[in-house]
Amino acid sequence: MRIALAGQPNCGKSTIFNSIAGYKAITSNFPGTTVKYTETKTHIEGYTCNCIDLPGTYSLTSGDPAELEARRHLLSGEVDVIINVIDASLLCRSLELTLQLLELEVPMILCLNMMDEAQRKGIQIDAPKLSNLLGVPVIPTIATTGKGLKELFIDVLRVREEKRIGKTPKFSKDIEEIVSQLDSILNSEWPVKEKVPTRILSIKLLENDEFFINETKRNSNATNRIRPLQEKLEQIHGSPSDEVISSERHALAMNLFEKVSTVIHPPKRDIRITIDNWVMHKFFGYLILVGVFYGFFNFIFGIGGYIEEPLMELFDYWIGGLEEFFGKGSLALFLFRGVLQGIAGGIAIVLPYLVPFLIGLSILEDVGYLPRVAFLMDVFMHKIGLHGKSIIPFILGYGCSVPAVMATRILEFPQHRFIVSILTTMIPCAARITIIFGLVAFFISPNAALMIFALNILVVAVSGKILSTLYPEPGSLGLILEIPAYQLPPLKNTLKKSWYRIREFIVIAWPLLIIGSALLALMEYGKVDLYFNRFLSPLTHLLGLPVSVGATLIFGLLRKELSLIMLTQALGTTQVLTVMTKSQIMVFTVFVTFYIPCLATIAALWREIGKKGALLAILFTLSVAIILALITHIFFGIFPLW
Amino acid sequence: MTTLDQVHENNKAKVIDIQGGQGIRQRLGQMGIHPGDTIMMLRYGALRGPILIEVHGSQVALGRRIASRILVEEIE
Repeated sequence: MRIALAGQPNCGKSTIFNSIAGYKAITSNFPGTTVKYTETKTHIEGYTCNCIDLPGTYSLTSGDPAELEARRHLLSGEVDVIINVIDASLLCRSLELTLQLLELEVPMILCLNMMDEAQRKGIQIDAPKLSNLLGVPVIPTIATTGKGLKELFIDVLRVREEKRIGKTPKFSKDIEEIVSQLDSILNSEWPVKEKVPTRILSIKLLENDEFFINETKRNSNATNRIRPLQEKLEQIHGSPSDEVISSERHALAMNLFEKVSTVIHPPKRDIRITIDNWVMHKFFGYLILVGVFYGFFNFIFGIGGYIEEPLMELFDYWIGGLEEFFGKGSLALFLFRGVLQGIAGGIAIVLPYLVPFLIGLSILEDVGYLPRVAFLMDVFMHKIGLHGKSIIPFILGYGCSVPAVMATRILEFPQHRFIVSILTTMIPCAARITIIFGLVAFFISPNAALMIFALNILVVAVSGKILSTLYPEPGSLGLILEIPAYQLPPLKNTLKKSWYRIREFIVIAWPLLIIGSALLALMEYGKVDLYFNRFLSPLTHLLGLPVSVGATLIFGLLRKELSLIMLTQALGTTQVLTVMTKSQIMVFTVFVTFYIPCLATIAALWREIGKKGALLAILFTLSVAIILALITHIFFGIFPLW
Repeated sequence: MTTLDQVHENNKAKVIDIQGGQGIRQRLGQMGIHPGDTIMMLRYGALRGPILIEVHGSQVALGRRIASRILVEEIE
């Protein structure tokens, strides 16, 4: 049995999914967190079922790629029960999707989520009445606390057994007539019985939905008979046929909403409105924005630096001990030192910064601050040819470039997706942030690290301008973004999400670090690293870096953290300052921050924007890195750092 | 009659028409904005940045260009 969670963006589908799957799908408080489906096996009352968490979709009409993914699943005919999740505080708008889902004639259940939020807004919903009107069970829930979820899944079984498909609400008489005319045309012209009922097909064709029109063209010769019917609708109602249908659906939803809900009291004077008066203020909003990110920066550095120092000393002491134990120059020494340095890199350099960073990012996401940032930044994003929504992939990019590249699916226009995908890879991900903190902030000063972040933003902006001039998007409409209410997420969820991301480092990246570190040690023992270093010597020479860092740059392509950990390995000491000048550290960090995305990111780019796009990203970031590192080298050659 | 981007903060307006093609109508329709709906103007962004409106209980940010394509009538 396959159960699909479907609903409009940001209504809590992934939270419900996680309640049965364990933490498998990232949840946040902004529309479009889920851009691809996640599937899990689960047991309900002894039944085994597959549950899929779909990206949010406002309607079944073509939208961005994330919405298309949701629709593809819903139309596949392989879903046995749909759980239509609804943000109860936005019932009226949400019902428009519900009406379309009902047309699919798949057993369905309505989950009225966020009941607490609806209550705060003073909206009371008569669930039994709604259930009566739609012919499907309606279960009130509060997913963040787990309230009502048990009943929900038990009812899923019941719905499946009874095959309850609900009532499809009828449009006005004249529209229904035209719908049924097209319906019978399709039935005769398209003999292959599709998985999708012809009624919804007819409606979508009358709405002039691109996807359905193309499908019809491929499968039947009914296409030329659609236009006259659309025209007929247009004549009667005096507006384009898509508008006729969507207005009609809107009216149906409003009507339902009015029947089942009562406003029992005006919304309580909400502290969140006061907060938004400041956070989204024309002037103070930007001050707060800078303050939040500056505070975030200091929070990470404060915790990370405090932990890094003593741990590094401890590991240095142990590494020194190894030398005495195994004797200088022995193979065992090289090998054990390599392994120990890999372990040290993970514990002492990466985790102290990664953990506070990921917890902080989770909090920002869950509270609902990111859409506000999109609102504030929209005007600046326009200056580089994008719009505010693009800021969300950028901010996610500070966590990891892979989900950031995937998050570009929330953007409507292919050119924007292309440009933003390439730009997000230049945003320092958590791994590179660790390098910036662990090297520059730690050995030079926190302000120098801030400068790198500032330089990075400037470079991304200029690159954005260049790319959007090269690849303009003529059809861009500008920003249309829902700004969800602030949420105080249960701390448990935030911590689970952080752990989900930290675990990714511990189980995938860290072993790689240790293996890579040991490998480099062996290469040093066999003097193989010299070949790598010689190969990259034109570059290292150009940038004025020690030749021995060459190999680390190649390892950095696998995982960005490797560059840093390998660096101490390649230099033969964790006391970096004894072998590199501060200027060299700056040049190295600038180069590592910008150069070629790691393998996983390249793979993600390949998937999202194709081979050419991935190749362009590689060339583009490499040239940017070389130019910037060269400028840094020359700059600090003139004004040396002491 | 005016356009949505001209409505004063904290004023309400009723949508009369959306000027533009199917694309813009669809995106706005999905956010619950159709002819006949009532919109409350919450705030303007700085430097001709986006506007923030409330419609059917949800808050939506709209770029000025789009807002200028929504014909409305201010409600006193």
